[in-house]
Amino acid sequence: MIGSFAGVLFDGFAYGMLLFLLSVGLSVTLGMMNFVNLAHCSFAMLGGYVTVTLMDRAGWPFFATLPVAFLAAAAASVVLERALFRRLYRASDLDQCLLTIGIVFVSVAGAAYVYGTLQQPVQLPDYLRTAVTLGGLRFPVYRLFLIGAALVITVVLVAALEYTRFGARVRAAVDNQRMARGLGIDVDGVFAVTFALGSGLAGLGGALAIEMVGLDPAFAFTYLIYVIIVVSVGGLASIGGSFVAATLIGISDMAGKYYIPQLGAFLIYLVMVGLLMWRPAGLFGRR
Amino acid sequence: MARVALRAVSGPHGYLQAQSRWRWPEVAFWIATPLPFLIFPTYLQLASQIAITALFAVSLDLILGYAGIVSLGHAAFFGLGAYAAGLLSKFWWGEPLSGLALAAALAGLVGYAASFVIARFRHLALIMITLGIGLLLAEAANSASWLTGGADGLQGVRIRPLFDRFPFDLWGRTAYTYSLVVLFLTFLVARRLIHSPFGLSLRGIRENAVRMPALGAPSRAYIRKVYTIAAVMAGLAGALLAQTTSTVSLEVLSFQRSADVLVILILGGAGRLYGGILGAIIYMVARDQFSGINPQYWYFWIGLLLIAVVMFLPNGLLGGLTRLASWWRAHLLVMPPS
Repeated sequence: MIGSFAGVLFDGFAYGMLLFLLSVGLSVTLGMMNFVNLAHCSFAMLGGYVTVTLMDRAGWPFFATLPVAFLAAAAASVVLERALFRRLYRASDLDQCLLTIGIVFVSVAGAAYVYGTLQQPVQLPDYLRTAVTLGGLRFPVYRLFLIGAALVITVVLVAALEYTRFGARVRAAVDNQRMARGLGIDVDGVFAVTFALGSGLAGLGGALAIEMVGLDPAFAFTYLIYVIIVVSVGGLASIGGSFVAATLIGISDMAGKYYIPQLGAFLIYLVMVGLLMWRPAGLFGRR
Repeated sequence: MARVALRAVSGPHGYLQAQSRWRWPEVAFWIATPLPFLIFPTYLQLASQIAITALFAVSLDLILGYAGIVSLGHAAFFGLGAYAAGLLSKFWWGEPLSGLALAAALAGLVGYAASFVIARFRHLALIMITLGIGLLLAEAANSASWLTGGADGLQGVRIRPLFDRFPFDLWGRTAYTYSLVVLFLTFLVARRLIHSPFGLSLRGIRENAVRMPALGAPSRAYIRKVYTIAAVMAGLAGALLAQTTSTVSLEVLSFQRSADVLVILILGGAGRLYGGILGAIIYMVARDQFSGINPQYWYFWIGLLLIAVVMFLPNGLLGGLTRLASWWRAHLLVMPPS
């Protein structure tokens, strides 16, 4: 019982780290421009398909595909941001939701057209498919790797946000966009870079997610709900908040599926609605 | 609206009266609604589905278009109504009108309870809470498969003939008449509501929820009221679907249905009484015509359409038509000085 509990905690934490990678970009850009980008997970899906294609068709090793997944998602997001999103920064929540849901529909149908609706297989290198045993518990190496990667990214993100000039600009733009503009900060430029970074991280998360949760065209919808839950529970523009929320959601989802499978996803929605009613701005949100 | 306001009206009551006058396109539309009996007698089932979807879209329009409450979970009330009507006919009796009443009452009760939560939030939290409530109900119906039949759908729905005279036949003659009459009556209520001082306050709340209480219109109380009314209407639509098709599937509660009705309303034009109806006609007819293609690709076109509407037609098709009409009047007709 104790063993299985620790196992659920570990799996839930790994799952939470995946959710963190998928959602942290959305949290920051949503907090900065108030732009409700429901197409965020489409970028993650793009990253996943880039990895699958490069490994399957071009025979690249898994690790070499990860930077490409990051770059592809970032590049695609910049194109969309410049072409479409930019015009709707001052529009209502509803218009932003609708535009980005439209993009999700298009991306889901496009992925189904190119790759079919089946789950995409991914062949990991052998050393990632083993497991280490520690104190009677099995830890799959891939999940350890996932947790490690997410922790490193978190540390880098927090350090970049706290200690670099660019990070200071981002924080200023999140705190008060008009004041930041008044001080001569190019908010649109900062936003474009942040947006590309966030989408790139989502793409990376999408590539890393294949092994754990699979990849099919419905990915953009399924994980959109989880990502939005993480963002709205964690609070906007808060990396720490996203981290805590993703961990919480990952573990409670895993525990719910393990101990009370007949409830399905009921528990996770209950957690979200309850938390939002208690704190509408999220656990760590300031507005 | 501005056009009406420019005419010499005597105070607020005159303004509202001028607004609520029936105009000839409206009358022509409702006179044309029985036409499917003559022109497309084989498509009456589709016509009935359109009427039901239109009713659902009008109910969303009340809260989204007029009060500005964005809901991604409106299918919750549609599904509640459908299951209430379906379960009543399965376990107790199959009389349709009482089923309709029960579904409306249940959806209204749940809507009233939910409205206390809805009225407290706005923006992203509101969108997420409506989405969450919709997903919660869908999951609950999925889990309670002993009651709802789960993924297999509710079996054994038996609806008695309407007034014990008109059976729900395969052709959909009764189904269309029944759905159309309910749609028309509900529409009259919605129309009366929109053109009342209450409806005007709702539009004020949509524009500025903080300022309205200062004008003597308590925002939260009004939002609770309109949300409950919209829930009742959505429940009616769901019950109609259950009764005219004699089946209820989990799909009535799905996120897909919430998203579809949103697309329909936006396509037609939110905040306009006929937007939902126009959107439902176009959407359902198009889906029927293209039903041969894979649903996956159907959503490709819906997605493109959504992007196009948001970018180029901010008020939907009806808004675009209104703009075209006023441009026409301004440029091509010489208006008599008023």
